Amino acid sequence: MHDLTPLCALGGAEPHTDKVAGVTLTETPGHTLASVAARLGQEDACTKHLGTLLGSEAPGVGSWVRSEPISAFWTGPDQWMLSAPYDTHEDLAAQLTAHFGATAAITEQTDAWVWFDMQGDGVEQVMQLCANIDIEKMPVGAAARSVIHYMGVYVLRSAPDALTILGGRSSAGSLHHALLTAMRSAL
Amino acid sequence: MIINHPLLGPRDSSEFVYLGDACLINRPDWQADDALEQFIEYGHTRDNPAGLHRELWYHEQGDRSWLVVTRNTVTHEITQVELARDVARAEGRSK
Repeated sequence: MHDLTPLCALGGAEPHTDKVAGVTLTETPGHTLASVAARLGQEDACTKHLGTLLGSEAPGVGSWVRSEPISAFWTGPDQWMLSAPYDTHEDLAAQLTAHFGATAAITEQTDAWVWFDMQGDGVEQVMQLCANIDIEKMPVGAAARSVIHYMGVYVLRSAPDALTILGGRSSAGSLHHALLTAMRSAL
Repeated sequence: MIINHPLLGPRDSSEFVYLGDACLINRPDWQADDALEQFIEYGHTRDNPAGLHRELWYHEQGDRSWLVVTRNTVTHEITQVELARDVARAEGRSK
């Protein structure tokens, strides 16, 4: 058997953290991700399955439903991204495939993304420099796809003073540079 | 120019990619007897109206949905924005 050492997206054995003024940017590797896309003609059934899974309504346009252990945010018409703790749901995609059956196409996404949490006084000013979204109009639980430095990202509002940013794992370093530069500039 | 996305609301046109005439939705049947002529028409022949034009836009920097935007090519006024899938389904496609 191979004996491989898992690394974080930024290359470290431990997740990277930066602090500028009152804002902390943290790489958060502890999530597993999978996308759910309703199959043609199965949209209603798929939405219902998702609601059952979350214990509430499936997230509508531009929103993020956080529940334990699985959370979901809207990514497009009849499409969602689901996340769960890595420690307990490493096989999230397989679990979802069993749950949704033929109503949805499930795609494993865990290793495709880097997950950053940005928290502190001034996260709105940082995001105003980064992306073309009305961050001040995004309430807690809002989700938006946008672009930061030509890289496609999801921006989620987790608290009044906290954002979650998901970007492509292969460009994690570039996204980290973009966020950190904006933090130094805005704060 | 602002495109009023049917789901996400007003978004700057820089977030979108323009494809062309919305007639591209109506791909010909490749098994038709006159498929060659139909595909030549489909691939190359376009109207070039000075006025209302229905065209396909892709929300590349957003939710990645395809839209059918009705735009006045003289004034750039946008009078209607629909999800392309709704347009296609209304025409009996994607059933």
